[in-house]
Amino acid sequence: MSGPRPEERIYEYLRHKKKFPNVWCPGCGIGIVMHALVRAIDRIGLAKDNVALISGIGCTGRMPVYVDFNTMHTTHGRALAFATGLKMAKPQMNVIVVMGDGDALAIGGNHFIHAARRNIHLTTIVVNNQSYGMTGGQHSPTTPTHMLASTAPYGNVEQPFSICNLAKAAGAAFVARSTVYHATELDRLIELAILKRGFSVVEAVSYCHTTYGRMNKLGTAVDMMRALKERSVTQEAASKLDEAEREDRIVRGVLVDRDCPEYTDLYAEVIRKTKAAAKPLGSPRP
Amino acid sequence: MQGNEACAEGALAAGCRFFAGYPITPSSEIGEILARRLPAVDGKFIQMEDEIASVAAVIGASVGGVKALTATSGPGFSLMQENIGYAAMTEIPCVIVDVQRTGPSTGLPTSPAQGDVMQARWGTHGDHPIIVLCPSSVREVFDLTVQAFNFSEKYRTPVIVLMDEVVGHMREKVELPAPEAIEIVHRLGTDVPPEWYSPYDDTPTDVPPLVSFGEGFRYHITGLMHDRAGFPTERRDEIDDWLRRVFGKISRHVDDISMTVQEGVEEANTLVLAYGATARSAHQAVKLARARRRKVGFLKLLTLWPFPESLVEHLADGVRSVVVPEMNLGQLALEVERVVGRRKVRRVNRADGEMVTPRQILEAIEEG
Repeated sequence: MSGPRPEERIYEYLRHKKKFPNVWCPGCGIGIVMHALVRAIDRIGLAKDNVALISGIGCTGRMPVYVDFNTMHTTHGRALAFATGLKMAKPQMNVIVVMGDGDALAIGGNHFIHAARRNIHLTTIVVNNQSYGMTGGQHSPTTPTHMLASTAPYGNVEQPFSICNLAKAAGAAFVARSTVYHATELDRLIELAILKRGFSVVEAVSYCHTTYGRMNKLGTAVDMMRALKERSVTQEAASKLDEAEREDRIVRGVLVDRDCPEYTDLYAEVIRKTKAAAKPLGSPRP
Repeated sequence: MQGNEACAEGALAAGCRFFAGYPITPSSEIGEILARRLPAVDGKFIQMEDEIASVAAVIGASVGGVKALTATSGPGFSLMQENIGYAAMTEIPCVIVDVQRTGPSTGLPTSPAQGDVMQARWGTHGDHPIIVLCPSSVREVFDLTVQAFNFSEKYRTPVIVLMDEVVGHMREKVELPAPEAIEIVHRLGTDVPPEWYSPYDDTPTDVPPLVSFGEGFRYHITGLMHDRAGFPTERRDEIDDWLRRVFGKISRHVDDISMTVQEGVEEANTLVLAYGATARSAHQAVKLARARRRKVGFLKLLTLWPFPESLVEHLADGVRSVVVPEMNLGQLALEVERVVGRRKVRRVNRADGEMVTPRQILEAIEEG
């Protein structure tokens, strides 16, 4: 065997000499998502120069610092809007967006549904730890009802969003879910998402053992990881469960894969038609 | 041609090829015209879900190497402040047009005002420099929109074109310059190899070169305080260096950025300082006062920020009073008072959605 071992190939994609160690707590799942993303990019064979990784604010928002792509750490919730502008300026570029659940669905919820509605070719990865980790374990739009959070000291009275159902309803072309326990499944789903022409969402179910997990007495990172393994089921297995049994399960796999016109393709067509017209609409009056 | 139309034409002439915006009166025509015109020149238009997203998309496009614009009015301008700060922090060129209407909040849709002068300067949080240009005629809208792009590219900064409802909706007969007569500035590139490139390097002009994403340089952009390479830093020395450089890149070039129109200022004993639509009333008042043999000078500011304090100080030196009419309750007057002293300044204010009249200004001149 020649060349670097598979686990060393990742160095090619990391700013490992400059920017490590990272900011994440020991045992955090975000690093697993980052590694899965890099494996997916490596497998597709994307040129690093042609990949942009855009993030918002929060623990997941710090990911772009560590990878050797065109990277942009934007404002809270707005990553998809920045990515939309970049994608329109550079339609050939692979624009990938990573966000946490609070970033994507609370402050960025409006941008999330509208990016999905436009079906613009952005690959969106939402790391879902059901809470705001960086600010200290406040409840987020995906915190289950009754669970404790630093801003839900008597239990969360709100009902959570399903990231995947929201993305599906808003018009995303590709929606998939896995967990940070299922690392190799995660990279395959991310690979499919990048290759999909249109707006794609991969929900990576993770955990925060330092704040949310501690408050809810969910154990160590290992315990929480084990819970992901035990609670999750494939779609096939899920179909055999009744509704009550399915309630608490994490259903993994490709949930939506549909072909619908992509935004930058449609806009390219607008440009083509406008330029082809002998007298373009709106040209200066004589 | 209408003011908003001249803004769209100016943007196209300056090389703007991306517009992201959200509809709001009295600025909507700018987006409507660009939605029609941009595809014909390989440009792109997108209507975003709100004004926050609009500035974000504009910055994203600019990072992709495309000159980009958004346009709004007061309520939308408030929402834009978040990402205007991001553009200032990351030094990404972009142009934001605010066609002012009476506020606060939904205010008086859509009567004119000049109530966003301080918001344009200080609207986003934290210390940052900004360039704000303010036209008072349709031709000036065209010229200053071109200039806004040029400044944003030259100084790697967001630039705000502060119009008002009168200027935006006013129709005037204008002759636009021939395309070849228009000076167009592009951001500074680099000839260093990617591994040597620092997007926030110290340069003699204080403005570092900016390379677009996707050109082999793979650098990092963040709204966090960052070092010269663009990566987050908490080192006080690096933060201090950054602050001094970004303020320096504007303050050291005030003479280049400041644009004014001056008439009879040398022999005056009263100076009228005005901007935007109010400068039209002010100019009329000055003409009437001169007809009465008053020695009145007229100073129109086309650049509001950075405030041309040396110039104002110099021109106010020999006069008894400085009359500052504004369609607000005194915003730029605060700056004039800071420079020339409160006793000299005669404010003429109105914020009820009507223009300040020449008569009101004339009365202030007569009071001396």
